[in-house]
Amino acid sequence: MATLLEIENLKTQFFTSAGTVRAVDGISYTVDEGETVALVGESGCGKSVSALSILRLIPWPPGKIVEGQIRFAGTDLLTLSDDEIRNVRGKDISMVFQEPMTSLNPVLSIEQQLTETLTTHFPVSPEEAEKRAIELLDMVGISDPERRLKQYPHHFSGGMRQRVMIAMALACQPKLIIADEPTTALDVTIQAQILELMKDLTKRLGVALIIITHNLGVVARYADRVNVMYAGKIIEEGTAADIYHRPQHPYTLALLKSVPRMDRPRQAKLDPVEGQPPDLTMLDDGCPFRPRCRYRVERCNEAFPPLESVGGNHLSACWEKAVLKQAIKEVS
Amino acid sequence: MSPAHAALAAGTAKSNKPQPGEILVDVKGLRMYFPITSGVLISRVVAHVKAVDGISFHIRKGETLGLVGESGCGKTTTGRCILQLEKATEGQILFEGQDLTKLTQKEMSPIREKIQVIFQDPYSSLNPRMKIGEIIGEPMKVHGIITDSAKRDRRIAELLSLCGLDPKFSDRYPHEMSGGQRQRVGIARALAVNPEFIICDEAVSALDVSIQAQVINLLEDLRDEFGLTYLFISHDLSVVRHLCHRVAVMYLGKMVELADCDELYDNPIHPYTRALLAAVPIPDPVIEAKRKHEVVKGEVPSPINPPRGCVFHPRCTLAVDSCSKAIPEFREIKPGHWVACTEV
Repeated sequence: MATLLEIENLKTQFFTSAGTVRAVDGISYTVDEGETVALVGESGCGKSVSALSILRLIPWPPGKIVEGQIRFAGTDLLTLSDDEIRNVRGKDISMVFQEPMTSLNPVLSIEQQLTETLTTHFPVSPEEAEKRAIELLDMVGISDPERRLKQYPHHFSGGMRQRVMIAMALACQPKLIIADEPTTALDVTIQAQILELMKDLTKRLGVALIIITHNLGVVARYADRVNVMYAGKIIEEGTAADIYHRPQHPYTLALLKSVPRMDRPRQAKLDPVEGQPPDLTMLDDGCPFRPRCRYRVERCNEAFPPLESVGGNHLSACWEKAVLKQAIKEVS
Repeated sequence: MSPAHAALAAGTAKSNKPQPGEILVDVKGLRMYFPITSGVLISRVVAHVKAVDGISFHIRKGETLGLVGESGCGKTTTGRCILQLEKATEGQILFEGQDLTKLTQKEMSPIREKIQVIFQDPYSSLNPRMKIGEIIGEPMKVHGIITDSAKRDRRIAELLSLCGLDPKFSDRYPHEMSGGQRQRVGIARALAVNPEFIICDEAVSALDVSIQAQVINLLEDLRDEFGLTYLFISHDLSVVRHLCHRVAVMYLGKMVELADCDELYDNPIHPYTRALLAAVPIPDPVIEAKRKHEVVKGEVPSPINPPRGCVFHPRCTLAVDSCSKAIPEFREIKPGHWVACTEV
């Protein structure tokens, strides 16, 4: 598969009165055509900011992309003019946000919101746009689409609104959809419905998907490849199987150990990651995870380790990866 | 088994066998209907939201009962009724044999010492204008437990360190703390009056996984140390399995299944419980690839006008004609395993 999106050394910072927040601190990754890539991490690790950076939706002031390249199908999105990037948004790359309750405009009907993207990007007549909108609602599993099209967001439940959001994202047949915590606000049975729908549609239509989430279970079920983020950096990258079966970074390992699992004998005690995530205004050159890390050495204070292969396309950013590998081997 | 799996599985298994103690909380036929009114000058009741519609359960001393279900199923309202923050429409809530629904505000006051609550949102459940020390000291003052301020400060410091916080935090304000730290403050405040029974309403849901595990461990340690009884309200089925002795599943104001924790997770009987468990993704791509993903259709109907008969029948795969007519009886099909379904 050809590479669709290539992010290189992206740095996004927020200049606040409390100091410079290094929200995204030099991340690089790629997304192939039709592939589902997950960005996983806890609150404040920079996963959402990195996604907003792709579409240049970072509000200035206080935020700014200070360095890096985002190549989408060959063009660097960061060099485009405002008009040009507006042509990309919603057309080639679209977005599904977390909050289905606030991301639709309450005073516009579903029809107005769905057809807006179509008429903005294509020379279609209102009738054609309406026809396409009905088709889209049908595709995302909303019954009686002709009637529902005329309704307003408050007529829809959370799960149904998220379906509308997905229909909007698919309207212009984009090549890439960025879904930022698409199911976090939903109940588990609805979450399952929405995720199955997204998986099914992206596979069928050949759309690439970046899914941003903190839910490790969701990632395991739906992602081809996974990037684990911590304090603005990608600390481990690999296939879902790599990350879950052969984690090679102390943070990933700790994260996996800290969730209670339904398919395993119950542990006497959970094994949490001690301490708190770092303050992003106070980061130094060292590894940001070192205060919480069980494998830290002197070297971790000096520099952030490079993201290097630990076998094939499985990458880890840890000075002690050899020691960690050995430790995991010994336990088994 | 892969190496990481072995590393992950390290730690001894624990069984959450039910506790044999005496019954502490006994809820009988609880109903909570919220009226919907219409009209500006002369308001009249046009309908009711049946938030909780006739549920019964008990909690033994030292036991943790999990209450699970999706948004709007009535689990939080049940907790609020026990706390007497809502006046129940019907039913009894016995605490140590005393019916709380019959008590006046004044009679309830000494009982509030024994029943405490930990809320979901650590950002809105602490007063932003009070220092942490004042927040934790307030319940002691209100209930007249420790009137001497020097003694109270010592107790505040003790509670803070018990909950894994530096005693120096007592001079700080909530905005200076992270979500996990605030939740620890919420726990310290609940413990300040030496309660017997704590209602944890989604107490760990707003926290990140690494912090969530810390707070779960804290709740468990406190339970063991002080012999606390918990009602653990949550939508996270993995956390409930880890913490609870028995689990009750609610759907649209009704209880659909109640069993010992292991029994419920190993042999779920009610179609809704089964659907709920199947919907939880497991953090393992190999297992996920093999699992069948049967997605339950439709959405939760409105509690204003719930379906006739069994409330789950419009979404149920086992539904037959009679399901839409008669309300299924909540029956004990194995010792300790209760289900409200006629077709299993």
